[in-house]
Amino acid sequence: MGRRFLPALAILAAAGLFPAAAEEIGDAARGAALFKRECAVCHEIGEGAMRRIGPPLNGVFGRRAGSADGFAYSRAMARMGSDGLTWTLETLDPYLENPKALVSGTKMTYRGLKDTTARSDLLAYLREWSDKPQDIPEAEPTALKTDHELDPAILAIEGDPDYGEYLAAECQTCHQRDGSDLGIPSITGWPREDFVVAMHAYKKKLRPHPVMQMMAGRLNDEEIAALAAFFATLE
Amino acid sequence: MTLSRRHFIGSGIATGALLAAPMVWGQAKPRVVVIGGGAGGATAARYIAKDSDGAIDVTLVEANPIYTTCFFSNLYLGGFRDFESLQHGYDKLSGGGVTVINDMATGVDRDARTVTLAGGQVLTWDRLVLSPGIDFKDGSVPGWSLDAAEVMPHAYKAGPQTQLLRQKVDAMPQGGTFAMVAPPNPYRCPPGPYERISMVAHVLKERNPTAKILVLDPKDKFSKQALFEEGWGKHYNGMVDWIGPDFGGNNIEVRPGTMEVVVDGEVMKVDCCNVIPGQMAGRIAALAGVTDDSGWAPVHPDSMKSKVDETIFVLGDSSAQGDMPKSGFSANSQAKVAAMAIRGELAGSKVFPARYSNTCWSLIAPEDGVKVGASYEPTPEKIASVDSFISATGEDAALRKATYQESLGWYAGITADIFG
Repeated sequence: MGRRFLPALAILAAAGLFPAAAEEIGDAARGAALFKRECAVCHEIGEGAMRRIGPPLNGVFGRRAGSADGFAYSRAMARMGSDGLTWTLETLDPYLENPKALVSGTKMTYRGLKDTTARSDLLAYLREWSDKPQDIPEAEPTALKTDHELDPAILAIEGDPDYGEYLAAECQTCHQRDGSDLGIPSITGWPREDFVVAMHAYKKKLRPHPVMQMMAGRLNDEEIAALAAFFATLE
Repeated sequence: MTLSRRHFIGSGIATGALLAAPMVWGQAKPRVVVIGGGAGGATAARYIAKDSDGAIDVTLVEANPIYTTCFFSNLYLGGFRDFESLQHGYDKLSGGGVTVINDMATGVDRDARTVTLAGGQVLTWDRLVLSPGIDFKDGSVPGWSLDAAEVMPHAYKAGPQTQLLRQKVDAMPQGGTFAMVAPPNPYRCPPGPYERISMVAHVLKERNPTAKILVLDPKDKFSKQALFEEGWGKHYNGMVDWIGPDFGGNNIEVRPGTMEVVVDGEVMKVDCCNVIPGQMAGRIAALAGVTDDSGWAPVHPDSMKSKVDETIFVLGDSSAQGDMPKSGFSANSQAKVAAMAIRGELAGSKVFPARYSNTCWSLIAPEDGVKVGASYEPTPEKIASVDSFISATGEDAALRKATYQESLGWYAGITADIFG
């Protein structure tokens, strides 16, 4: 097995198809300092890291959301995990940028880290304590960066709440208008910007869940803005 | 009541002009009559009344004062829901400006634009919404008729039939045989018969583990087949036998008098038999003359408007619209498009492009839920599927549990959306 596997890897590498395993995420040393400042109040990482206010972050790359042993996650995080959210560069980056836009009901009370370079540095540090992607080729997706940034022009679109109300009828087959949350989360009163970011995260399939990926998939930028405008005003 | 006035207007003025501007003639509000208070009809009535702020007079005609949803009735059969949890009243619709009449519509006069009720009342309308669900085709299963439904229940219109089927499953002798005669396409709730098999298997596994289940099916494949077959193998190994057309599933006769089923000439004694016959639009649609040879009512894909009469809309199971399955979710989705079109025509409100969607959840075993869904858009020919998804085989228990919990959330959500 080993003998047949190695040449295959060599061919992949020669052909330039080898996963970008050694991709530099950022400056891990700066990331360590950032971790102390931004994260260490609640999280431990490194040798002997334990559960504190938040779960330990060793091995977070490639881990399914809401699955660290013994940690009592929010229902929202547990649901995202069972829907298939896995922590990779692609999903951790938007989560650190705005936790509630990716996992609306998360218990992590963190305002988010807006600076792209700072996030990259922090992620480079976090990855030091996960399996190193360069050692495990099949872990490739955890090591690739994608551009999830929303064009500010999209966020700036003023939605038409009347159109939003019509479109919302489709949402309200499942999401109750009065904000009840039983098995399906409430979207009533969701802040406009978070709503827009979340819908685009479904469109890009960063957020898991096949129904929502499909529903968001056919909404254009104006329609998402219209829905956000409508739901933000619902009480 | 403005009966005489509407008659006067209807006979005195050209229909085209009336269609274009119904508000021109004084104080009489435009009238909408909705027949059928299920997922299609109640949603349409509620949305028209809610969004038109009293500008349109909405009357809902439904025979049952308390409605029992067919969706989730399998979960009652499996012991996962109370019967009462499937029942919904119309008090919130009444409170929201809809006139609810508990009676049966027995006739539609399209020229006079009237609906006659069994109690003798005659209602006039500017727009008529038909959402009567299904009726069964006579002779679809040789040996079975509605008269036999007390012995071999269909349980495919929720209510006393559903309770009867559960009693009959409970009364099966140890090691007895449950048979289902599955329906030919098209029919209400494509995964419904197979979810029902799962629920009956769950009950029998607990109380009657040597019992057998036979599914006699005229179709060579069925909705979510891979998911159901995987689940039956996993949870109810050896209990369920599916007999498709290759093995006689399309050549069935039932004998209610002797509790026998004849499969391709072979006589079998069974202990409980659920016959789900071939289906057609609820009878009032045919009486209104809006159905075609298929038994269903063709509609325009962009509005749910009947292709036969532009003052009539047909929703849900009764309509022939294209790719959408006949489901409560579909009917609810279609009702919102029709409500918007009707408000646009009668009250001049804004009309946006139609969009439709559907998701069907099914329960295979405790906390083992699956789903299938799609989104749809109108094309000139039909309502066409544009995107879809389905649960995968081999999913882990956490995802299946989340899917089941999501289905509970959906039931709460859609019933609130339909009944207020």
